[in-house]
Amino acid sequence: MGRYLSKKIAIYLITFLFAVTLNWVVPRLVPGDPITSLLARFSGLEGGREILQSYFVQTFGLDKPLWSQYLGFWRSLFMGDLGISITRFPSPVIDIIKTAIIYDFIILLPSIVLSWIIGNKMGALSGVSKRADNFLMPVFYFLTSSPYFWFALVVSYFLGIVLGIFPISHAYSAAMTPGWNWAFIVDFIMHWFMPFITMFLVQLGGWAIGMRNMIIYETNTNYSRYMESLGASKRLIRNYGYRNGILPQVTGLAISLGTIISGGVLTQVVFAYPGLGYTMVQAIKQSDYFLIQGCFLFLILMVLAANFIVDIVYMIIDPRVRHSYSEEA
Amino acid sequence: MRKRVALLLVVLLLVFSSSIALAAERHETLVVGGGPWNPATNWNPLYPQRTSATVGLVYETLFAYNPETNVYKPWLAERGEWVSDTVYEVELRSEARWSDGEPLTAADVVFTYELARDNDLPYTPIWRQLEEVNELSPTKVQFVFGDPSYQEWQIELYSRPIVPKHIWKDIPGDQLLIVANENPVGSGPYKAGEGGSDRIVWDRDDNWWANEVFGQPQPKRVVEMIIPENNVALGMLMQRTLDLSNYFIPGIPAIKNSFGLNTWFDDAPYMLQANTAVLYLNNQRAPMDDVAFRRALAHAVNPEVIVERVFEFMVPASDPTGLFGGWMAYHDPDVAREYGFGYNPEYAVQLLDEAGYVDADGDGWRDLPDGTAMSFEIIVPAGWTDWMESIRIISDHFRAIGINANPAFPDQSVYENRMFTGDFDMLINNYGANVSGSPFTYWNWIANHNIHREQATEGNFGRYDNQELFDLIVEFNKVLPMTEESLAIASQIQRILLEDMPAIPFWQNGMWSTSQSEWWTNWPSEHNPDGYPSTWGGYWQMGGVDMLINLRSTK
Repeated sequence: MGRYLSKKIAIYLITFLFAVTLNWVVPRLVPGDPITSLLARFSGLEGGREILQSYFVQTFGLDKPLWSQYLGFWRSLFMGDLGISITRFPSPVIDIIKTAIIYDFIILLPSIVLSWIIGNKMGALSGVSKRADNFLMPVFYFLTSSPYFWFALVVSYFLGIVLGIFPISHAYSAAMTPGWNWAFIVDFIMHWFMPFITMFLVQLGGWAIGMRNMIIYETNTNYSRYMESLGASKRLIRNYGYRNGILPQVTGLAISLGTIISGGVLTQVVFAYPGLGYTMVQAIKQSDYFLIQGCFLFLILMVLAANFIVDIVYMIIDPRVRHSYSEEA
Repeated sequence: MRKRVALLLVVLLLVFSSSIALAAERHETLVVGGGPWNPATNWNPLYPQRTSATVGLVYETLFAYNPETNVYKPWLAERGEWVSDTVYEVELRSEARWSDGEPLTAADVVFTYELARDNDLPYTPIWRQLEEVNELSPTKVQFVFGDPSYQEWQIELYSRPIVPKHIWKDIPGDQLLIVANENPVGSGPYKAGEGGSDRIVWDRDDNWWANEVFGQPQPKRVVEMIIPENNVALGMLMQRTLDLSNYFIPGIPAIKNSFGLNTWFDDAPYMLQANTAVLYLNNQRAPMDDVAFRRALAHAVNPEVIVERVFEFMVPASDPTGLFGGWMAYHDPDVAREYGFGYNPEYAVQLLDEAGYVDADGDGWRDLPDGTAMSFEIIVPAGWTDWMESIRIISDHFRAIGINANPAFPDQSVYENRMFTGDFDMLINNYGANVSGSPFTYWNWIANHNIHREQATEGNFGRYDNQELFDLIVEFNKVLPMTEESLAIASQIQRILLEDMPAIPFWQNGMWSTSQSEWWTNWPSEHNPDGYPSTWGGYWQMGGVDMLINLRSTK
């Protein structure tokens, strides 16, 4: 058990180191620099641009050699300092992320958990009922093959523009002031619904297809046939099949977390929903090094943390993993 | 079952009651989009990258300027004039007050300028021409110049926010650009409200000093939504959740009537003009260093095709001089007629043939007179769909007369880097060609003299070198506006630019503005030209606040 964990943690640390370094290097490989971009449209008295330029370069330490910027970056990172945003000067990046990440959680967490649970149940149903299968499978295939941003546009068009039920963008209405009152909560949920349902439905299809195939496979295995010959009920056989089928689905969840989180980024852009993804796309458009780094860092952390949780869950639900490691130790 | 019905009823009731409450607030809220790209984090009037509406809504300028009517409207000032060649005097309005109740006086104006004299601020260079600023009385300010630049001063008058001395005098010099200035104390009609990461909120100051002078702005609250994609802005207009969009939205002419959307003009060109889009030619590279070649290019393109296919008639083709709006006061129609250019491919071919740009090797493309093959790349930033389509058309037109030109779309930061360092053949740009109170803005950008350095950031990206023209532009700045002398210099500048054609103005980008009238009416338009329908940074004092005053709620 301890070995299992320490091995996993080591892998996570290495991944983290590489991902964060890449994330630091890539924006800096692009020709040009954020200050020039920031001031590209500066209009004013001649000479004003130079004054600002030198001021910014000093403030953000961009005049230092790259290696020293890189070391400084890690040093501040360990102290929880992600720097100051260039485009949202003088807000610290960590403050911007703290506000944004809430929106990621409220979309991603329920959509991942619910789509996984409901998708597996529906897939199981599809696997045992031919009639349900004929109807559900095309829907599942349609959902799972839809790119997130495209599906978001479809949802936005039908539920937002054509039917006019849900607002198509932002976290709450313009005339609203945030507060703990019913009007605001209802308004907030109305705005939350379309990004949520987009994420939920696209993920749902994949889980359902996976579970359907697992159930069909499991109910045709020797142990199922043996149970059948012993006179076990169809229901009991299905339950055993389901429990065996769930294991690859957990692994599947771990594998697809990266795709889901990047899908969340695009969905947020379509709905102008102000989470990390939306913030990061804005930052990239304006070459705000520090904000890009911060957002990306948190997206990496989210993927890693979620994977870690899945790993632990896997260990708990799969006795083979649990036993293999504890016996060796 | 009964429980479920009850639950459903409760939910419906909640949704219903909250929508009623919302509608009441909505009638007092103006929702706009297109100005800011980031949420509000900075309300510092001295810092140019501040939340843009800070100047105009919270801090005010001495004058306002309406680019459509070319009229300077005294704002904090009651009047201002040149009392001699080097002395400008401003009489302030005695009513002017800060939002904390303190009077706004000459001392604040003097302080605002002396702040830039004693510290390094973006407007510190004004002291290259200014010698002293004096408080003659609590409402009278005197600006004494050494060597006044009259044209720039006109722009300065409506650009510089006046800051309260009693607050800013306590801020140390090295903090002036750093402070975020949350809870700004200004003199304007709005105060910073509580925004979010996807919006900026401004709450009306009901005690604004000018309620009696100019009238009270109607929206109790102005909300600027941050919208990352143009199609979202269009959807919000259709859903009636956005009142005014200042984004470029393709297709407006086609859907305008069916969705009840308003534009400035009922018909083409629909939009007001905001700036001139110019094709920069790299004058440092052959054959763009040859006047005949440059003039041939100018005659080879039909901008009407761009206007029609890319912009659906939402913008007009540019005048050959590149001037528009208030700048037209200096336009010389004779020069434009005699030296101007227009779509004439036969003439372009003739110019090229005469100058020796013929197809020497028989590959179908023209070559340099010495026989070397030529090919060109025209660049605009990736994702700027309107410009991308435009340079496809321009390339086609060049290719039609045998010039091998190809469009390319680098990322914006790469594009800007190549533009500033002169690493390009041709590109479209408009950064410094924005509407202003003086054509000096345009000329000092298209033929800027700061080209002999690593990065040319002030304009003239093609690095066209003509000292005579540079001197004329400086001279234009240094003579009193709209005098015979200044008009004569303006004509000469236009003639040289047209004769030499260092860069080619092709079309005018629009002051994109589309509104709907579900919640607010009386939008500024050709029928109601009082105010300017823009929420872009720098435009609030160019008629944006007038728009807020003139709007009417539909309640």
